[in-house]
Amino acid sequence: MSVRVGAAAESPSFPMAAKAAMEDVQLRQNVRHATGVIRAKRALLVEEKADWQQLRTAASRIKEHTMRYLDRYLVQFEQSCVRAGGKVHWAEDADEANRIITGIIQSHGETEVIKVKTMTSDETQLNTALEAAGITPYETDLADLIVQLGSDHPSHIVVPALHKNRMQIRQIFLDKMHLETLGREPKDLAEAARRYLREKFLRVRVGISGANFAIAENGSVCIVESEGNARMCLTLPKVLISLIGIEKVIPRFRDLEVFLQILARSATGERMSPYSSIWSGVSANDGPSEFHVVLLDNGRTKVLADEAARQTLHCIRCGACLNICPVYRQTGGHAYGSIYSGPIGAILTPQLQSMRHSETLPFASSLCGACYEICPVKINIPEVLVHLRAKVVEQGDSPIVEQLAMRAAAFALAGPRRLAAAQGFARIAQKPFLSEGVLKNLPGMLSGWSSVRDLMTVPEQSFREWWRDRK
Amino acid sequence: MVEGSKVTASARDRILASIGASGNPEQEYQAIERGYESAGTAQKGQKLDLFIERLTDYGAGVYRCTHLEIAATIAERLHARNAQSVAVPHDIPVDWLPQPFEFIRDHASPYPQIECCDGVITGCAVAIADTGTIILDGGSSQGRRALTLLPDYHLCVAFEDQIVETVPEAMHRLAEAMSRPLTLISGPSATADIEMTRIQGVHGPRSMEVVLVSL
Repeated sequence: MSVRVGAAAESPSFPMAAKAAMEDVQLRQNVRHATGVIRAKRALLVEEKADWQQLRTAASRIKEHTMRYLDRYLVQFEQSCVRAGGKVHWAEDADEANRIITGIIQSHGETEVIKVKTMTSDETQLNTALEAAGITPYETDLADLIVQLGSDHPSHIVVPALHKNRMQIRQIFLDKMHLETLGREPKDLAEAARRYLREKFLRVRVGISGANFAIAENGSVCIVESEGNARMCLTLPKVLISLIGIEKVIPRFRDLEVFLQILARSATGERMSPYSSIWSGVSANDGPSEFHVVLLDNGRTKVLADEAARQTLHCIRCGACLNICPVYRQTGGHAYGSIYSGPIGAILTPQLQSMRHSETLPFASSLCGACYEICPVKINIPEVLVHLRAKVVEQGDSPIVEQLAMRAAAFALAGPRRLAAAQGFARIAQKPFLSEGVLKNLPGMLSGWSSVRDLMTVPEQSFREWWRDRK
Repeated sequence: MVEGSKVTASARDRILASIGASGNPEQEYQAIERGYESAGTAQKGQKLDLFIERLTDYGAGVYRCTHLEIAATIAERLHARNAQSVAVPHDIPVDWLPQPFEFIRDHASPYPQIECCDGVITGCAVAIADTGTIILDGGSSQGRRALTLLPDYHLCVAFEDQIVETVPEAMHRLAEAMSRPLTLISGPSATADIEMTRIQGVHGPRSMEVVLVSL
């Protein structure tokens, strides 16, 4: 098994990456601007929806129910999809998914594919696998195109290039599209992308997508988008391959009435995204003549097995928790070292990898709870974060110094005499670090705290001593 | 194993074997709490006003007319845009089409031919006032999906009785058509990927207009 979440296993730890990100002023400006705009738009549109809480509750219940019976709904989806003329493949991990997809493309003798924004393919690093097999993938979502042409990494679930401003994007387009002139306005850049991709949409014969929802009842797949690039990829090629995480299944068509109402409002602050495409298998004289679904596990069944954390799989990838998160808004997405960033990334990435990598991510949160409050499917992210923190400690993966400190604390707090002795020791030990009545410049690991904060001193008299000595 | 399904048996079996709960999914599904608003409460006039307001919000023009004025209203719109060649579904009603424009009826035309057209005219299946959404299901006078995608201008004819107020009402109306290729369109193609600046028109039609026909 080679479960993989992009390059998360090889990325630097969150504290290290975050430190570097915090020094990038441009990045922080861009991130703060973009998340602020989406938050404001979302807030307006959620406020006008009187039944918002009821929609959240229904969405949460539908997801909970689906996860409980996921095996049945997956089989039902498979049967319905096949009945509608689709072909269904199952992939246990990233490599298997990439192999299946590469095989389908090669069986048609094709060497190019057009791609709809799909996080599952980022998860399996499909583009790298395709290129190794001599197949050229073209990302068609504007932000993904910016990321691909700039040899960059996505930094947000919904707006992957939000860390780049217009001048940075303009330079990438000038270099990589081999343009001699290009305007400076966002509309000029969008126009350049339209011209660059239009010819590919009409020529390339294989399309690759993910899915927002896969409907068990009739085997339909639903993709929500804004630009029309997904419609192009879903409609014009002869062969369409959808790589779908197994948690994307929903029981029935009518369930879309809940999810379509919460997704765009939460993701982009729109009542509905410009385009939602829903199709079932293949249709005569409309769209691709061959349709493949690859159902991807890649660690999801392991997440499902942990009852306290399985709600992580309810996520509909709206990105609202990123935009509201005080940590994400400071560091941006790259610090998370994973294609899944922000609060949801902090719980999803380590779990998919069976808690063997990215163990610092569950600690990348102040547990303020804003992510839970804003989540349209009510994922209790703080609860899962705490659960995962406990797992990290149980695995013995916390730093040695921290383990020793905790043991020392447990010893000192076990009785009043020990505490008094520890306080007495601290009063003496703190002396070299006292400055203007507060503690500064602590040594070793503690410097991480004292370099940006003043720490109160241990007082000359403890409460117990004061109580004993009072007149 | 399902017939026709290309399955790596081991992966399928292992994935399915690792999940599994006992219980009655059908019963539990029916018991799911759905406290949200499903049927609309607005009067007909309010509903249509809401629909128009939402579309205008998206930058999609709305033009009202009676049944007898469809062709004249369409002619006006095509003139205003100086549209010369216009694609239409093969089964579009003849009395919608004004003279003397050139209409290209789509009988599985090659995509580049559709792409060259200045615009496309279609009907729709259902429309949602609350979200300003037009839904195409490939049924009569709607054509295949590529038809409303490649030309740069989409003029959609919607009848007042096709407008519902809420998303759940629309899903209910689509129950029969759920397995057809569906496209939900809420305003023209757009992006906010560059500095969150909304740009109308990326890959899909850059302009969209609606002719709203009273009964």
